[in-house]
Amino acid sequence: MDYLLTEEQIMVRDLTRKIAEEKLRPLVAEYDAKEEFCWPVIKLLAEADLFGVYIEEKYGGMGGGVMELCLVTEELSRVCGGVAVSYAASALGTDPLLLFGSEEQKGKYLPQIASGKKLAAFGLTEPNAGSDAGAIETTAKKSGDYYILNGMKHFITNAGEAEIYTIIAMTDKTKGQRGSSAFIVEKGTPGFTFGKKEEKLGIRTSVTRELIFQDCKIHKSQLLGKEGLGFVVTMKTFDMSRPGVAAQALGIAQGALDLALDYSRQRQQFGKPICSFQGIKFMLADMATQTEAARGLVYGVARMIDSGNTKVSKESAMAKMFASDVAMKVTTDAVQIFGGYGYMRDYPIEKYMRDAKITQIYEGTNQIQREIIGNSLIKESLAQSKE
Amino acid sequence: MNIVVCIKQVPDTTEVRINPQTNTLIRDGVTSIINPFDMYAIEEGLRLRERFGGTVTAISMGPPQAAVALREAISLGVDDAILLSDRAFAGSDTLATSYALACAIRKRGKVDVILCGKQAIDGDTAQVGPGISVWLKIPQVAFVKKIEDCKDDGGTPVFRVARMTEEGHDVLDVPLPCLITVVKEINEPRLPSLKGMMRAKKAEIVTWTAQDIAADPKKLGLDGSPTQVMRIFSPPVREGGQKLVGEPAEVALRLAEKLKEFIHP
Repeated sequence: MDYLLTEEQIMVRDLTRKIAEEKLRPLVAEYDAKEEFCWPVIKLLAEADLFGVYIEEKYGGMGGGVMELCLVTEELSRVCGGVAVSYAASALGTDPLLLFGSEEQKGKYLPQIASGKKLAAFGLTEPNAGSDAGAIETTAKKSGDYYILNGMKHFITNAGEAEIYTIIAMTDKTKGQRGSSAFIVEKGTPGFTFGKKEEKLGIRTSVTRELIFQDCKIHKSQLLGKEGLGFVVTMKTFDMSRPGVAAQALGIAQGALDLALDYSRQRQQFGKPICSFQGIKFMLADMATQTEAARGLVYGVARMIDSGNTKVSKESAMAKMFASDVAMKVTTDAVQIFGGYGYMRDYPIEKYMRDAKITQIYEGTNQIQREIIGNSLIKESLAQSKE
Repeated sequence: MNIVVCIKQVPDTTEVRINPQTNTLIRDGVTSIINPFDMYAIEEGLRLRERFGGTVTAISMGPPQAAVALREAISLGVDDAILLSDRAFAGSDTLATSYALACAIRKRGKVDVILCGKQAIDGDTAQVGPGISVWLKIPQVAFVKKIEDCKDDGGTPVFRVARMTEEGHDVLDVPLPCLITVVKEINEPRLPSLKGMMRAKKAEIVTWTAQDIAADPKKLGLDGSPTQVMRIFSPPVREGGQKLVGEPAEVALRLAEKLKEFIHP
C-alpha cells in the first residue's frame, strides 16, 4: 500500500529502520532477558535527531507531528516493542507541554526533549486510579508560591530514566475530576523519588517504576495550564498519544508477520516449504490484511490530528483498539506458524506475543476504548436527531 | 584544522555480478555505496574536527551520480563537498585519479590533513591515497589505526599515529600537512542524523571540471593512465577434487600412492 508519505517522512522512516535493524536488533534478546533499559539505542535515536520529529522547529525539532511520531514508533516496534514504548512514552510525557505549556515552559523543556538529551514521562496511574482517572489520590497543596506534592504513582513508563515528568495531582479533592491539575516535575526535585521497578511479561527493554512524592515542593510556574485542568490535560493528551500506542501495536504486528513469513519460506516439512500449504498461506494472508487495515486506520488518525482536528477521541480510540487487537492476533498466529520453535526463547517470535499484550491494556484498556467509541456514537446520533 | 576526506562511490559488492559473455560488471540495478573504508575516513575526519575544530570537506571524482555519495557524507556531518566530474577524467587509472584529486585539493586551498580509506573495495589497489601525497609532495602514512594526538608547540604540528602491521603496530610521528589512509580498526562510523539528511538534501554540491582544477590534460583520463586493463574475467570455477572412499587403512594406502605419483610422476 502506498500512503503517499512526504520525502521527509520517508527519510524519518528509513533512518529509524536503519538504526532499528543495524543497531537495535542485535541487542534485543540480551536486553529483553536482562530486563534492562536499552540506553545504547536511545542514545543513537537522540543523536539521529529522532526525538524531535514531532516538535516545532523553533524548539529544535523537525516540525513534524503525530504522523512522524507514529512512523518512528512503528519502525522501532518492528524490531522491539520495548524500545518503541520508551521512545513513545517520552512523547506522551511531552504532549501535555505541547498542548498546554506556556511559551516559557515550552522554551525551557522542549529543546532538551527534542535533542534527546532528556527523556520525558507521564504520571497519572495510581494503585486505585487507572481507567478511572478521576479517582487519583496524589495531592498538590498550594502554599504561597509553591505546591506541595504528596502521594504515589505506579506503572510509570520511563520512571527513573526520564528527567522531565508530567504529573496529575488533586488540587481540590472536593471537585472530583475537575479538581485535578497537571504539573511539570523535574527529576532531582527534593521529595521526589522512585520506588519499585516492575518485572513484566513483555516490553522488558523499557522501564516501569513507581514515583513517590513526599512533601515535594515545586514552584507554581510548574503548573500546566490552570488549576483544575488536570482531567482535560489527560484526556487531550491521550487523544494525541493513542495513535502512538496504535503505531507501536502496528509495528509489533508487522515485525511478527515479517518473521513468520521468512520462517514459513525456509521451514521444510513433507519436502516443501510450509508456506506452500494452504493452512499457513491463508494465515499469512489474513495477518497481512489485518496489519495493513490497522496501518490505514493509524495513519488516517495521525493525519487527522496533524491537520488540526481536535475532535479525535473516537477515531483515536478506534485506531488504538483495532491495531492492538490485531497485534495480539497476528503475534499469536506468528508463534503458531513457528510451531514448537516459536514457543522457545531461542527464537525471536515469542517476544512479539509478550510485547503485544500490553498494547491492549495501556493508555486505556480496549474496553475503555470501546466505551469511548460507543459513547461518541450515541452522542453523535443524539446530536443528529436534535437537528 | 582543514580536513579533506577523499571518497569513492563503488558498487555494493554484496550485489555484484559479472556478465559471463563480456566479462564486465553488471551495473544495472546494483546499488552504489560509499566505499566502506572511506566511511572510516569520514568518521575520523569528523572526530578530528570534534577534537581540534576546523572543517571537513569531502571530495570525490566520478560521474554526476557520485554526488549521491557526497550528499551522504554531508548527512553524516561533513561541512562541504566537491565533485570532480568531467569526460576528461574518464578512464583514469590510479595515477591519473590521484593527480586529479591532488589538483583539486591544491585548488581548494590550505589543508592540514587528507584522509582516505585504505583501499576501495572494487579496485582494491590502495594506490590513490598514497598517490595524492606524492603529487602534493607531503608525507603519508598508510593503514593507520589510531591518530593519538597532535603536538603543536608553535612550530610544525605533528600527528602521532599508530600504523597497523601484520604483527602489531608502529608508532610514527608525521608532520602536517600529511595524508593518512585508515583501516577499519580506527573507529566505528556514525549513522546519519535527520538534520544532517535535511542539510544534505538542500546542499549544493560544487562540481569542478579538469579546467577548473587547472589540470594538465595529458595527465588525465586514458592519456594519463599507464595502466591498461587487458581483460576482466571471473576465475574459472575450481573443479571438484577426487574423493577416496573405503576403509581408513586402505584409503590411506591409496592416498599415499597418489601422493607418490604426484611427487615422482
